[in-house]
Order: sequence, then structure tokens, then C-alpha cells
Amino acid sequence: MLLTAAESAIAAGQNGEGAAMAMRIVADAARLLGAPRLIPIASAHIDGALYHGDSGTLFAERLVEGKAQVSVRSTLNVGALDLMGCSRQRLHGGERDMARRMMRAYRQLGCEPSWTCAPYQAGHRPTLGTDVAWGESNAVVFCNSVLGARTNRYGDFLDIACAISGRAPDHGLHRRENRVATLIFDLSALSPAFLASEIAWPVLGSLYGRTVGDAVGIVTGVAPSPGEDRLKAFGAAAASSGAVGLFHIAGVTPEAPDIETATGGASVPRIAVTAAMAADAQARLSTAGKTDRIDAVAIGSPHLSAAEFDQLEQALAGRRTVVPLYACTGRHVLAALDQSARRRALEALGVIVVVDTCVVVTPIMIDLPDGVLMTNSGKFAHYAPGNTGYAVLYASLEDCVESAVAGRPVFSEEAWR
Amino acid sequence: MKPVLAEILVPGEAGTGCALVLTAPISFWGGVAPRTGRIADVRHPQYGAVIGGKVLFVPGTIGSSSASAVLMELVHAGKAPAALVLHEPDAILLLGLIVAREMGWPTPVAVKLDKTRFADMARRVSVGKDGLIVSAVTP
Repeated sequence: MLLTAAESAIAAGQNGEGAAMAMRIVADAARLLGAPRLIPIASAHIDGALYHGDSGTLFAERLVEGKAQVSVRSTLNVGALDLMGCSRQRLHGGERDMARRMMRAYRQLGCEPSWTCAPYQAGHRPTLGTDVAWGESNAVVFCNSVLGARTNRYGDFLDIACAISGRAPDHGLHRRENRVATLIFDLSALSPAFLASEIAWPVLGSLYGRTVGDAVGIVTGVAPSPGEDRLKAFGAAAASSGAVGLFHIAGVTPEAPDIETATGGASVPRIAVTAAMAADAQARLSTAGKTDRIDAVAIGSPHLSAAEFDQLEQALAGRRTVVPLYACTGRHVLAALDQSARRRALEALGVIVVVDTCVVVTPIMIDLPDGVLMTNSGKFAHYAPGNTGYAVLYASLEDCVESAVAGRPVFSEEAWR
Repeated sequence: MKPVLAEILVPGEAGTGCALVLTAPISFWGGVAPRTGRIADVRHPQYGAVIGGKVLFVPGTIGSSSASAVLMELVHAGKAPAALVLHEPDAILLLGLIVAREMGWPTPVAVKLDKTRFADMARRVSVGKDGLIVSAVTP
């Protein structure tokens, strides 16, 4: 008996056809996963409102017609359109219309129009030990690892079905025994100067994801805490290069006060990360080879925080860029930027603020078959070549800004080398 | 090969078609073009093959959780495989079929078969509603 009597009644239509459809989808997914039951969830983050084709729009509209409503707090991940009108997307005619209809349907289901891949910096922060159903790989890994709430990777359709039913399959990272670290990723041989640099965290995240795959590991040799924006960058890169859903950092993340707690006292294999491994991982983030051109700079995957906009302004120091610098963020940050007219000032310097979406999920940058994109984001570095056609140069935020101002790649000497 | 009764993962329409046996795991999102059903991952051994109308043998899946969206888009466009034979159940991919069924769209049956048996398949294969896989079907 997978469903309780109350859940079965909902699946049979007691609360309307939309609620029934959602419960049946969650139950079917639970059966495929071999989950023994469904568990209640406290919130959801929905990745399904990004347009991939008409069928997804029709599905969301069917739920709306069936009078479905989310039963828990549900934030929305990025869509395919910048509804705030800060940037322009090259989606045309029918596709643009269907993308807009999809975003509207998810609003009608009761989801919050957060339109961000960093909901955890937009006030959606479930507490330690809470079961939730989140989509978007970087949000999933942050939610599990930094907040200590419990979620699997909920993909398209299942995310909204969980949000409506208020249930998720009892499976995977919802279960304590699957959150135990089975390997140690030891950074103690790396120089403190490197670990203190911004560039270290996407690089190490990328290396971590490629090394561990979908395993749960504990990172050691990190003190003090690198801070939330760097943990965000680490997790996003790890979830791009591997199927990472949860990492621990000894003395930093909430389920890892020490190694013994995170591993459950078991003896586990240790991966000793060397400076050469980090340098190799950094080199792999670039695909452009040796080049003296850049056509654009993109930052903000995951979406930029207010603090990251401060860093951008400091690095620019009032200088105008030669190539477009796309800064992707959510409307939770835009409000503050607009209040103090900071957005207009940035735009006057050549920054294009992209809100509600980002440059790798929808066509924003001009089509340029041999274009070169510079970024400080491990996630952009991973997805930009396939999704935009641009080759990537990976660099620190400071070097990204210097390059945008110079109109050619500028790499500063790095102290840690 | 003698007919084999496979476990049904998601019920659906019976299908007959040419066998397309993938020899490496595939990511549907980014790996299969949602408009054409063509394998678009240049690193995949079956790059360029079209999965529509085939009996598709999948040894494993990797990558994005939007695989379900790509499979549902193919179903909706009439470009889905005739049947899916998976080495192991993949909840993310198969969710595309589950949701398409909820939408009332005809979906191909999906069954489970150990990948060591994929090589036994003749050029044409049929998969029944009951999960019966018959190889060497005459055209």
C-alpha cells in the first residue's frame, strides 16, 4: 500500500482533477523509484516553468483547468523570458507566446514569481532536517548541503506535482542513511591564499563533481567558512560536472560539525587534492584555447546576490566596458538596485542586467558561431558551449571585468600559483 | 532469440520497429533533439540516429532532470520511439511517459530488460502491451 486512504481519495478526484493528476504522478514516480510511501513536504522550488516545447505548457495549463493549487510554499526557478524588461530574448512568435503562457500558468497554480535559481538568497530557506521538493541542480545542492533541508533532484513535472500534492516519494536524500559521507575530499594541501580566492570555489566544485559523481562526500581542510556566495559557486559547479545532490564541509555545513559525524564513524576513502589537480580543473573550465578575443562576459550563474553586485561595481570602478557584460540576477536583487538607481548607473557602463532568466537557458546573446564568452561561473563554463555556441574563457570576476573593459582577455598573475 | 516476457515499467501502446540499440548511456536533454528525435550528442556512439519509430534499447541514462520534458515533447509531436526497453527503471526519463499518459496522449510501452540481452536483437523487434518482446519480426 503506497498511498494512504486519504491520498488515494485525492488521486481518485476528491479534491478535483488537477489535484488528482498531481497525486497520481507522484505515486507513479514513487513506484518507479521503489519508495515504500509518500512523505509530507514543507516547500517546493519549481524548475518546470522553463520552456522546452509546447507539451510542457499544455501540461501546466491542464493543471490550471483542473483547479489545482500548490499546497506548500513554492518558488519558481528561471523562465525563458525577462518579464522585468531589463534584457531582450530572441524567442519569436509562437515560442515566445507559449513560453509566456507557461510562466503565467505556474503563477495561476499559486507559485511565487521569484524567477530565480538562487531562491535561498531570495528568502526561501527551509530549516535543518525539513523535507522539501526542490528542482534546479544548484538550488538542490545548496538546500541539502548549506541549509541541511532534505530534497532529491526533482525534475520537470514531478516538482509541481509534489508542490500540489504536498508529498514526495520517501527515497534518496530524504532518508538519513543516504546523507552519510562515503569519501573525504581533502583540500589541506592547497595554499590558504588559493582557498581565500574567489576563483578557487567554482574550480574546486567542478573538480569535486567530476571526481565523486553522485556520491556524498565530506570536504576537509577548509577554515574558516568561505561564506555563502562561494558555497553557492562550489555547489553549482559540482552539480554541473557531476550529479552531486549533497556535500558536506567539515566544520562549515550543518550536518558535518566534524568528519566522524558526517561519515557515521565509518572509515572512508580519502582523495588528497593537489595544486596540480586544481590547476588542471581550472584549465578544463575554458574551451576557447589560446585566443586574444572576447565577445561578451557573463556572470551570475547562480544568480548574483546583492553582495556580488557590490563586488562588480568595485571592480568596474566607473569604467565603461567595450564588450557587453551580462549580469544575471533575480528580481529580489533588482528591487534594491533600482531603488538607488544603481542599475541605471551599471547600464550606462555597458552592463546588461538580465532578470528572471539567464544567458544559457534562453537566447539573449547574439548568435556568433565562433564567439568567445568569458565567465567566472563554473556552471556557465559548463553549459555555455552546448547551449549558446560560444567557446568559454574562465577567469576571476576581476579579470572578467578587466577583460570587458579592455575588449580582450586579461589574466592577472595569481598569487597562489 | 526466443520471445521474452519483460517487466512493464510504464504501460502503453504496443510497438514494432527497427531495433536501435544504444551502446552508451544517453542524456535526453542536450543529447536528443526535442524537435526531431535525432541523437544530437556528438560524443555518443549512435550520434545522428533518429529514435522516432524505433524500438529503442537504452543501457543507461545520464544528465539533466529535464529528460522527461524532452521525451514528452517527442510523444506530443508523434516522434517518440515505438517502444522503450530500459536496462533499469529511470524515474526522470519515464516521468515523460507518465505525464503524457495523464494528458491523454498515446504513449509507447516501456519495459525492463537486462542490457546483456540487447545484443541478441534482430533488426526488427516488437514489444507487446503485455511486455512480450519478439525479435526477428518479419517486415
